[in-house]
Amino acid sequence: MLKIHCPYCQETREEEEFHYSGQAHIARPSDPDSCSDEDWGNYLYFRKNPRGRHMEMWVHAAGCRKFFNVVRDTITYEVEQTYLIGHVPRESTQ
Amino acid sequence: MSNNSYATLEQQPAIKGLANTPLVNVVRGAIPGPNPVGIEEHDDVGHLVLRGDATLLASAVAEVLDLSFPDQPLTSCSRDRICIRWISPDEWLVTVPGNETFSAESSLRHAIVGHAAIVNVSGGQTIVHLTGEHALDVLMKSTCYDVHELNFPTGKVITSTLAQAQVIIRRLDSDQFELVIRRSFADYIWVWLRDAAAEFGVNG
Amino acid sequence: MSQSNRIPGGRCVDYGSEINFRFNGRPLTGYKGDTLASALLANNIKIIGRSFKYGRPRGVMSAGSEEPNAILQLGTTPASQVPNVRATQQQIFNGLTSRTTNGWPSVDFDVMSLIGHVAGKLMPPGFYYKTLMFPRFLWHTYEWVVRRGAGIGIAPTEPDPDRYDKINRHCDLLIIGAGPAGLAAAHIASRTSARVILMDEHDKPGGTLRYSNDIIEGLPGIDWVKQITAELNAAANVDLLTRTTAVGYHDQNFIVAHERRTDDLSDVAPVGFARQRVHRIRARHVILATGAHERPLVFANNDVPGCMQASAVSAYIKQYGVRPGNRLVLMTTNDNGYEAAFDWIESGGESAVVVDIRTRVNDELLKRAATAGIRTLTGSAVFEVKGKRQVKAALVCGLDSEKNTLIGKDETIPTDIIASSGGWSPVVHLSCHTGIKPNWREDIAAFVPGTTNQKMLTAGAVSGDFSLSAALSQGASAATTILADCGFDLEDKATISCQEDTVDAFQPCFHIPHRKPTSRSPAQFVDYQLDVTAAAIELATREGFESIEHVKRYTALGFGTDQGKISNVNGIAIAARSTGRSIAETGTTMFRPNYTPVSFGAMAGRDVNELFQLKRYTAMQPWHEQAGALFEDVGQWKRPWYYPQTGESLQDAINRECLAVRNGVGILDASTLGKIDIQGPDAREFLNRIYTNAWMKLAVGKCRYGLMCGEDGMVLDDGVTACLADNHFVMTTTTGGAARVLEWLELWHQTEWPELGVYFNTITDHWATATLSGPGSRALLAELTDLDLDPTNFPFMDWRQTMVADIPARVFRISFTGELSYEINVNANYGLTLWRRLIEAGEKYNLTPYGTETMHVLRAEKGFIIVGQDTDGSVTPEDLGMEWAIARRKKFSFIGKRGIARADCQRQQRKQLVGLLPVNGDVVLPEGSQIVFDKPHQLPAKMVGHVTSSYYSAALDRSFALALVQGGLDRMGQTVQVSIGPDAWETAEITASVFYDPKGEQQHVQ
Repeated sequence: MLKIHCPYCQETREEEEFHYSGQAHIARPSDPDSCSDEDWGNYLYFRKNPRGRHMEMWVHAAGCRKFFNVVRDTITYEVEQTYLIGHVPRESTQ
Repeated sequence: MSNNSYATLEQQPAIKGLANTPLVNVVRGAIPGPNPVGIEEHDDVGHLVLRGDATLLASAVAEVLDLSFPDQPLTSCSRDRICIRWISPDEWLVTVPGNETFSAESSLRHAIVGHAAIVNVSGGQTIVHLTGEHALDVLMKSTCYDVHELNFPTGKVITSTLAQAQVIIRRLDSDQFELVIRRSFADYIWVWLRDAAAEFGVNG
Repeated sequence: MSQSNRIPGGRCVDYGSEINFRFNGRPLTGYKGDTLASALLANNIKIIGRSFKYGRPRGVMSAGSEEPNAILQLGTTPASQVPNVRATQQQIFNGLTSRTTNGWPSVDFDVMSLIGHVAGKLMPPGFYYKTLMFPRFLWHTYEWVVRRGAGIGIAPTEPDPDRYDKINRHCDLLIIGAGPAGLAAAHIASRTSARVILMDEHDKPGGTLRYSNDIIEGLPGIDWVKQITAELNAAANVDLLTRTTAVGYHDQNFIVAHERRTDDLSDVAPVGFARQRVHRIRARHVILATGAHERPLVFANNDVPGCMQASAVSAYIKQYGVRPGNRLVLMTTNDNGYEAAFDWIESGGESAVVVDIRTRVNDELLKRAATAGIRTLTGSAVFEVKGKRQVKAALVCGLDSEKNTLIGKDETIPTDIIASSGGWSPVVHLSCHTGIKPNWREDIAAFVPGTTNQKMLTAGAVSGDFSLSAALSQGASAATTILADCGFDLEDKATISCQEDTVDAFQPCFHIPHRKPTSRSPAQFVDYQLDVTAAAIELATREGFESIEHVKRYTALGFGTDQGKISNVNGIAIAARSTGRSIAETGTTMFRPNYTPVSFGAMAGRDVNELFQLKRYTAMQPWHEQAGALFEDVGQWKRPWYYPQTGESLQDAINRECLAVRNGVGILDASTLGKIDIQGPDAREFLNRIYTNAWMKLAVGKCRYGLMCGEDGMVLDDGVTACLADNHFVMTTTTGGAARVLEWLELWHQTEWPELGVYFNTITDHWATATLSGPGSRALLAELTDLDLDPTNFPFMDWRQTMVADIPARVFRISFTGELSYEINVNANYGLTLWRRLIEAGEKYNLTPYGTETMHVLRAEKGFIIVGQDTDGSVTPEDLGMEWAIARRKKFSFIGKRGIARADCQRQQRKQLVGLLPVNGDVVLPEGSQIVFDKPHQLPAKMVGHVTSSYYSAALDRSFALALVQGGLDRMGQTVQVSIGPDAWETAEITASVFYDPKGEQQHVQ
């Protein structure tokens, strides 16, 4: 059970209020129709699975219904920071 | 925005007595116990969801409802039977007396300049008040949110889980809480709350 | 004989309150405050159970949650049975009924003991697997006998009469363990306004102070505990939870604790009380003050009733006033062990002999022992126990300096109790739950908690420092550190003084050698609960199991409900020695939640019976119930399935309802469909991007069917969307997809297209929907509205605002049955009234309420899909023959367009939705049936599709189905074979998926 800081409610809440929504920072290609199969495949299916620092998207499903980004350590499950969609995370302090 | 950009509808019939609250089908009444919890429905309330930019909505709310605007997260403003609650950075829940729903909706629609949404959800939710010394215990059994007064003071509003459902909770006083619950969850939540309160008793 | 082992002076029992209870049918008495274990020992009951594998007699070993033997069955009725209760933790109450868990047919004559006796040497680890699996077909027979014999308690056979509960808690500081360290920490914290929870698994705080002879702040330890407890109970910011075990330590300081609230009061909880409660605690900081378990030594026959932990002897004497015999032999590796011998003599015990494995022992201690009349033997060990059903004598001998060989002559010392202390194992379990391995410390021969990223500090014995002064100071300093971190001011730095303990000269030792090699000596038990011996561990390593995790799985070491609390270190030490490695190299197995067993009732809490699962109801529910509807689960919703009339079967009712809609008029509660209000100047553009079809030209007053795909081109959801005003739409979704679709819309809006001015709000619950369907629907509706229903003015796929039955309504002329239909939407507060008025007005039209089953048949006759039934996440719009819903020329590359264009989506021979007509029209093909083109000669055969929807149609007077079939759209008229059971096939013809009114004349009716 993680606890996650919602940057909109500006509070740390229990994991059961949130839904996980996959890897963060995956932009939709601006012109999908001219995308090669490989590029499209990468956009659609290929995701990182790092050991350590991972940028991912969550939604405060049972709260304010806003999507936001989370930097989470996949080894310790520590949530390092949360930040708004369209923003970049702060540098790791570690 | 021209008025015909959005459809509004007076949804209350002129004839009274046709309405049924979401809790029409539940068991009510007291459960004896040492220090009963009050579990009481407050119906005949108009619920309007406002969506839009805070600055855009604030002036309309001031003008139409004579209320200051809770632009800070998890806050609320109220007077008499009117209340506005922060739900998300672009969402607020307004409640007014039931018979003022359409006039409030129309007046707000008139007063708002720019892109905003107003949705009447009066039929989709109802309000339950939890009162008494053990109201807090009932909430602790029901939600993972920290409802301790230090974290959840009077006037604060949160949306969270309540058992397997979702709920909007506002603290009205040290031992009084307002729950806004969805119609289709209402039977479940009602039974859940009475069951959670059974060890203390229920005033119904 | 009654309470023959009872002595005065027990600190925790009330000698004035006698309690009557039963053990294996025998009436016994004890005192209020007794545990079941102390009361049984008071009554001189030695054999409390039979061992799991060999059926050997077993007695009480410890006085706490680490107990491996005294695990009993409780409960007076078939409903109140509780298996796996540790007698050492269970308080007695009047009427308590307890029974031995193992032992069949009885504890005194046990089938397994014969097996164990005869086959003892023949039952090495893996015995069952090696032996009873062959011949394999007999395993079921063996299993029945073996499991019956082994016995692992009895589950209740009737519903549990008790209630269980869960509660969420939050605190600044959670202190786990109310021994000296935990109490010192709580004492400090109670002086601030920090929110503090202190919990302990026992019925009273105190930990070791409950039986030790320590002096704190000039007071006997137990009095200091009482003073601090009173102070904590008075403090508003401290919650003190007793009989509450922290069973799981999860990420980010989320702790699950199990409170036994009434288990000490009665068989069934008093009315209104939850018997047990699970606390879900989120703590900013945790102090782990869980103490340590005393480790017994491993020697031959060390499981004979009367063998105990040294500290347990003290606990029974001092806490409960029970001395479990007259003569004591105590084997120890440390000074602390002597306390039990002193307590024994002080309480009037006849004799005590201390067998110290160390050659050099503190003179003071030896002098003290001599003064008390205790005989001491140094450099010696008890290497074998004599006695079968209870301890009769200890065989003692000298040890060499390596502790590997016995030297000198044996001496037989007659005794009742053989206590042993091999040192202490910190209770590191909780610290391991988040994935942290404990560290081995050679100096104390024990594991201590590893470094964690949780906000957790340790205090007291769990940290590996076993002195009282360390416990008190570490508790206080941990609290001080944490409170400062939380920003709470502490005025004074309180210190708690105590009499300094003697310094322990500790000699690591785990396994006492025997005259014979380990494999031939009488059994030397390591894990009592699962009958794992030192020989078994050595055998496992000889057979090549080197990793301690493998040794554990092969021997079952630590697999019992006690999780090997007292056996783990001994087992690892023996495995380490026999593989020639150090203990640090060997490492330890992981401890996982739960620390002690938690009943299923507590895990379920109040999510049982009618609260088991959230059920959602529409506004019309009271009418449906009155009408005798049967209900179907659709997502969380309860929807009317069908409305049987007296004597009707399901099929009768469906046929009647279907024909009523086809020929007359029916009414359906469609309130559960997901409804999303969409407002904003860019609403239209948004719809255009999210749906596969075109939305830019939909006029106000019009509705359109929309298909939604994922980026992979697979169908996600569908529904009708209506244009309410220029910038205002209402979208409908499938009943089950409502929440998912709303989140889908928000995802794209919030993360990809925030520049679009549009808002989405759920209005599913706000609108109640009654659908009139059938050729008679117009005439009926006309009775209740002034709306112009003339088809030229209110054509198919239009909506109108009007009054229906005096209630403001939005009426949509859309159809999911293929018949003329009106979906009437009103504010749900008026839904029930609307419904009743429609039913009333419909009487003369023979208005027939119909449920989801009829709806499914009717829509399938028309070939209308249900997303999630006819699709499964691998189906494109083209697979469904719905190219007409793909607007490829839209300027924006809508969600799914590129996905559909992928080569795999465009290849030949994809599975496509077609109709199936079984050649035998009486056969309804089971949904999910697999399809082949030709009857296969052998199995497995390559399946080419499956049946997605299948019904009997009253209108067609035959069965029909929808199916996904490889290349199906090009196979019209061909036949396929449908597997309907082992070697059973039905022949069916592939047809178009529209079976009824293919031209759509009925729904477009003018």
